[in-house]
Amino acid sequence: MGVEVKVEGLTKKFGSQMIWNDVTLSLPAGEISVMLGPSGTGKSVFLKTLIGLLKPDKGHVWIEGTDIANCSEKELYEVRKLFGVLFQDGAMFGSMDLYDNVAFPLREHTKKSESEIRQVVMDKMELVGLTGAENKLPGEISGGMRKRAGLARALVLDPEILLIDEPDSGLDPVRTAYINQLFIDLNAQIDATFLIVTHDINTARTVPDNIGLLYHKHLAMFGPREMLLSSTEPVVAQFLNAQRVGPIGMSEEKDADELASESGIEMPPLPPIPMQLDPSDGRPRRAQREPGEWCRENGITPPPGSFEDTAAVPTGGGA
Amino acid sequence: MSLSAVAGPARVAGGLFAFMLDVVVALFRRPFQMREFILQAWFIIRVTIVPTALVAIPFGAVIALQVGGLIKQFGAQSFTGSAAVLAVIREAGPIATALLIAGAAGSAIAADFGSRKIREELDAMMVLGIDPIQRLVVPRVLACMLIALLLNSLVSLVGVAGGYVFNVILQDGTPGAYVSSFTALAQLPDIYQGMVKAVVFGFLAAIVASYKGMNAKGGPKGVGDAVNEAVVITFTLLFVVNFVISALYLQLVPPKGL
Repeated sequence: MGVEVKVEGLTKKFGSQMIWNDVTLSLPAGEISVMLGPSGTGKSVFLKTLIGLLKPDKGHVWIEGTDIANCSEKELYEVRKLFGVLFQDGAMFGSMDLYDNVAFPLREHTKKSESEIRQVVMDKMELVGLTGAENKLPGEISGGMRKRAGLARALVLDPEILLIDEPDSGLDPVRTAYINQLFIDLNAQIDATFLIVTHDINTARTVPDNIGLLYHKHLAMFGPREMLLSSTEPVVAQFLNAQRVGPIGMSEEKDADELASESGIEMPPLPPIPMQLDPSDGRPRRAQREPGEWCRENGITPPPGSFEDTAAVPTGGGA
Repeated sequence: MSLSAVAGPARVAGGLFAFMLDVVVALFRRPFQMREFILQAWFIIRVTIVPTALVAIPFGAVIALQVGGLIKQFGAQSFTGSAAVLAVIREAGPIATALLIAGAAGSAIAADFGSRKIREELDAMMVLGIDPIQRLVVPRVLACMLIALLLNSLVSLVGVAGGYVFNVILQDGTPGAYVSSFTALAQLPDIYQGMVKAVVFGFLAAIVASYKGMNAKGGPKGVGDAVNEAVVITFTLLFVVNFVISALYLQLVPPKGL
């Protein structure tokens, strides 16, 4: 069963430049959360702070009673055993072949025999569809394969928390769809807490239980998927529907003139909320909720056409 | 002078020093990475041994030429061997070792760590609960120290032999006088201080290269910058340290009486 990650008042600066300020949220145990945000809003920095690779200037990250932001090096290495992390380019060790890469954490941290290691590694390689590529070097395979190999390595120690940095960057839409399905299936199998950092709205709309949006140096909103998808808050609606109309501009924020000239323009209506991806064996995940449950509980009428299998995913434009 | 002009270098020096303390602490942490140590030692030998031999021969020859000419004017040809041994073992050996360790081994280490850093390999390793200082840096530092020690003996040997060849063949020295004067001025502590220098140089070169490599940033260009800075800082540092050790040695160990 996954572990809850509680973030309190987290603030990060590089020099005098504020990255984000006072981020407070908690990633519910065993659920899939997605962290969204325009490019350059420090999503990857956020992820690295959660795992203690970067120290925040203020705030706490609580995991099973340990504050990762302020604990000793020794405690940090202990807590990190709960984590599996998939870096943007897989971060495979270039001098080892894929098999040794995936076996590395097992050899370092467990007393398993080589034959037991072989079994675990082959298991995970099969899970991510890399059987037969064990003896390739990371330099010899495509970016998508490196990502999947990185995922296999992140999984071998049976993590309670899985952090995933931009799983879809550099992947084609078909592979992205496969890898998204893989996350759902994995979550159903191992019940770990997932945090996916991405700016792919299709992923954000169909995969997670919760969505967070980093924008303009703060956390604009964090909550259940349906709450954000039915939100009319301009930043949230603009980003989740990939529209040009709204407060987010080409540079970090639009200037005042541009905003003023847009002030009379109505935000376009929200598109229907799509169905969440189901595990491929059809059995619901433990953390999964009924479609529309949150909207009903909170008395919000979802946009027309929501939760029908035909609800199409918008692909930009809208203005 | 503005504050930032002082603060920048001070921060680098402080970071380097803190990193060195981390490495020293990690030196004593088990398990020791024997395999990595042997691989790295072998790698450093591969990149340094041929250049070292090639550098050592002209080093010994130049000293033989210079000293041979001077000493002839004083009419003390019988001491040529002694002077060559002193110069090679006390200074040329460790300096040539420093050049090779910093230039060949140090740049290779900095480049390796730099590319691992920008590919996020080091982050991935930390996240997997493994301290890269213990797992990667310590074996490299120890390997560098060991190989520096061995290279120092190689340079000394090849340098003295080169001096012999030049003195005997080109300057018409007598082989017997060259060899028998070895111990006239040189003494055993000269060899020890040469060895100590080499070990210290190996340690510093590996520390600076690792530190610079692990703190590379800004993509492929950052790796190039890190290698460049590592080599420049190491050279500067090693020559200063060489001077300090030599000065201390000359104060502490009395010269051999004739």
